[in-house]
Order: sequence, then C-alpha cells, then structure tokens
Amino acid sequence: MAIKLPIYLDNHATTPADPRVVDAMLPYFTEKFGNSASRNHAFGWAAEEAVEIARAQIAKLINASPKEIIFTSGATESNNLAIKGVAEMYREKGNHIITQVTEHKAVLDTCKRLEKYGYEVTYLPVQKDGRINLDDLRKAITPKTILISIMYANNEIGVVQPIEEIGKIAKEKGVFFHVDGVQAAGKIPVDVQRDGIDLLSISAHKIYGPKGVGALYVRRKNPRVQLSAIIDGGGHERGMRSGTLNVTGIIGLGKACELCQQEMAEETAKLSRLRDRLKEGIMSKLDECYINGSMEHRLPHNINISFAFVEGESLLMGINDIAVSSGSACTSATLEPSYVLKALGVGEDLAHTSIRFGIGRFNTEEEVDYVVGRVVETVNRLRELSPLYEMAKEGVDISKMKWTAAGE
Amino acid sequence: MAYSEKVIEHYNNPRNVGSLDKKDPNVGTGLVGAPECGDVMKLQMKVNPATRVIEEAKFKTFGCGSAIASSSLATEWVKGKTVEEALAIKNTDIVRELALPPVKIHCSVLAEDAIKAALSDWKTKQGEEVNAAETKSAAH
Repeated sequence: MAIKLPIYLDNHATTPADPRVVDAMLPYFTEKFGNSASRNHAFGWAAEEAVEIARAQIAKLINASPKEIIFTSGATESNNLAIKGVAEMYREKGNHIITQVTEHKAVLDTCKRLEKYGYEVTYLPVQKDGRINLDDLRKAITPKTILISIMYANNEIGVVQPIEEIGKIAKEKGVFFHVDGVQAAGKIPVDVQRDGIDLLSISAHKIYGPKGVGALYVRRKNPRVQLSAIIDGGGHERGMRSGTLNVTGIIGLGKACELCQQEMAEETAKLSRLRDRLKEGIMSKLDECYINGSMEHRLPHNINISFAFVEGESLLMGINDIAVSSGSACTSATLEPSYVLKALGVGEDLAHTSIRFGIGRFNTEEEVDYVVGRVVETVNRLRELSPLYEMAKEGVDISKMKWTAAGE
Repeated sequence: MAYSEKVIEHYNNPRNVGSLDKKDPNVGTGLVGAPECGDVMKLQMKVNPATRVIEEAKFKTFGCGSAIASSSLATEWVKGKTVEEALAIKNTDIVRELALPPVKIHCSVLAEDAIKAALSDWKTKQGEEVNAAETKSAAH
C-alpha cells in the first residue's frame, strides 16, 4: 500500500479523532441537541442520558464511580481545578504543595500562581531516568502539606512515574494526591483504587476524541475530596464546574475511553512493536544517538532521541513530510531548550538535537520504515554540514572548547 | 515556522559546504556560536595576499535552517570580494536577502561574526593588525 504523506507521528501533542468516536457524537449536534440541564423535556433527557453513559464509560476506564467524574474543557482546566480547588478549600489545613520539575506547564504555572498568593510549593527534582526519588518525596512532606501533584507519564519523554508508590505515601501521610493522567489514561492501565489517586486529569483529544473536552476524577470516599470551584455560575457538576455541558464533546470523550479500554492490550502490543522497530531502525544505522529517559518505565508509543551534532529544527525541516516535535530552543516559543530534558541532566547541546516521536493508533509498519529511512538520510546529510561532527571525528572534545555565543 | 523560499533553497542546496586547510597561511578560519545555544558556524576563506581577493570560501554549520542559509549565503557573497568589501557585509543585508523573521536575526548576526572572525584570523596570520571594530558585528 502506498504511504500517504505527510506522516503524523506527534501523537503526544494530539491525536486524530477515531471515526467511531465521531459517529457517536454526530446525532447530538442536530436532532438530539438538547441541553443536559433541561430537566422538563425530552431534548434535555436525551442529552442527559448520553452524558451519563459517557460518565460511566470514563469511570470504568480508571476504575472509579461515575459520580466521581467532573467534566471540563480539557486537562489544562482539570489541572487548574484540582490544584487551585484543593488549595483554596484546604487553606486552613495547610499551604504546602509538592510537585516535580518535569510536569506540564498547566501544573507548574498553576503552582507558580499559587506561590504568589502565599502558598509554598516544592518542586522535586527528577533522576537521570526522568523519575522522582521517593525518598525526596517523603522528606518534602510537612504537616502543612495538603497536595501532591505528580504526572502519570511525561508528554516529552513518555517516562512513567512510580504512581502506586506515591499514592501509598500520600495516603500514609494524609495528603491528597493529584495526577495529571493526560498521556497515560487510555494508553496504559490507570486504576485510581490501586494507585491511590484522589484527583486525576484526563483529556479527550489525546485518546482519539475531540479537542476542547476533558474530565477530572474527584474521589468521593476514603478520603472524600472537596474542591472550591474556579468557575462560578449555574452550579453544574455538583457545583464544582459551572457551565452548560459540552454534550457532544463529552459523548466523544466517553466513546474514546470505551474504545481505549476495549482495545488497550492489543493496541499496546502493536504500538510498542512499532516503537521498537523505529528505535532499532534508527539506532542501528546512526552512531551518536541517545535515548532520553527510562526505557523500562515508559509509555509504549513514545521514544525521544537526541541526534548529537544535528540541531533539531534543521532536522525537522529536512523531514518536513513527517510530523514530529523537537526539544530544540528554536522550535519553542521561549527560545529555551526543553526544560524536561534539562531536568534529566541532558546537556543543552544535546537538548537542541532531540526529537520526540509519538506513535498512534493509525500508524503502520510501512510508515515507520519510511520515517527511519528519512531520519537516517537527513541526519547523515546534516552531519556532513555540521562543524561539530567534523570536530568530534577529529577527536576534539567539544565540551572543553571555549565558545563565543552570538549577542555576547 | 514558515521559512522563506530563499532559506529553503539554501537549506536544500547549501553552497560551498566543506573545509579548507586551516594551517594554510592564506586561509582564515572563523568559528562562532556555541553548541549550548543551538548554533555553531565555521567559515573559512582563502585569500590571495597580493590582490586581497577572497578566492575560496567554505562553511559548515550546526544550527537551524536559517543559520545554515545565512552561512551558505555568506560564502556566496564573500567569494570574489576583497577583504575590505567582505568586512562591509552587514547582518541586515543577510536578513533582507533571506527575509528572516525577527526571531532568526541572531542567525544573520552569527554569519557576520563568522566573516569577521575568519578575516581577522587571516590578517593575524599575515602579520596585519586587526582593528577591534572588525571582530564583531555592530549588532552586539
């Protein structure tokens, strides 16, 4: 079968909606368009029924009860609601929050804002493999600690944190545990009971659902978590999140969760096979490539590789028929290289050369083989152009050279 | 980011890639930038000491497409020019020619620096005095 270009391998950024998800949503735009809060006519009842089915589908994926699912506009809102909601509600109890340095900006910037309002935040470091050290976590907990917020899996390097162990520590110390589950839920087994999670953020568009809808799991017993709302209004979602429900989006999220759950075992096997094929294909044909983050504790569909001596943006330009992303400064809005890679201790020189590959449900073996060929060819071409590669081959230790940067 | 056609053209068909013998007294070498900043340019020029005309120019660049294009363009421009004419090339000329967006201006600055560094290396090798103003671009 001929390959259709461009090839999408950026499935940590977003995923295409599964056609089965779209089919489930469609009737609710037109003939079943009701507001799920309309309690006194059939249009409202039909919408409400569909929302409740979705709530159950989402709850089932993470082993929760449907009553514990709150709908939001996406995981950024879920993270904001979880962290700010707990911070405000439990202010009397304490003002200390623990998170870690490779969290998504939706968590880090939310914590930074709370610092302005007098909260104290501990940002745990990560080890070379991208995981936090549990002893660091234990030591960071104080009588003032009200919340631990640690992501399930990282969006750049796919590294999975020791969530079950963190959950145990949180329970032992009586601290709430929030998890940004965006990259993990639907991809690997996430179980709020087994993992001791009190709040879990998820997003539809990372799991083949539509953009603009997400959910927050909020534990109702052992312990019961209460949240202060950050959006005020009609008191929807048990007062935690006002606003007319995004019925079509919610139905899409529910269907996406159901499909992920039904197909997870099969899908994981396929994705990790494709990922390993990509990794082996590249690493066997190129020298000086370095994998960023743990291979052992990693999402099945992620690989993040630094191609030494080749700047990431120039590599992306060379493989412009393939959609991936880079940790290079030139590709970021801030002109800083990836803070995630920096936290792992990856040197800035190598951070500039990193590429994230995220394989998805609809990728094929033929596509992976094509990507391997294009990456190898382009890296070789750019290394011929690279003064650093030439120097390395001459035996010059680049790290010991004195460099003059532009603008200095 | 969308690149201008000229940047893409230089990226796909870079001119004068390669190296000259850095020990040759008529070859000036400029190595500017830093790996941590994501761009390093090496620009070399072979200058005829009698005519002061740049007879050959080669480059190698680690950096984004705009950095590669800026250095490729620089080698094209300096060839056939005298040392003094080459020193008069400004980063803004490169910005204009390649239609670089504001976030990529530093690539052109680096290319101007590389020209100046290579020529001051050549001058030092020739026993000439190097004017401090000639070693860095005015954009600093």
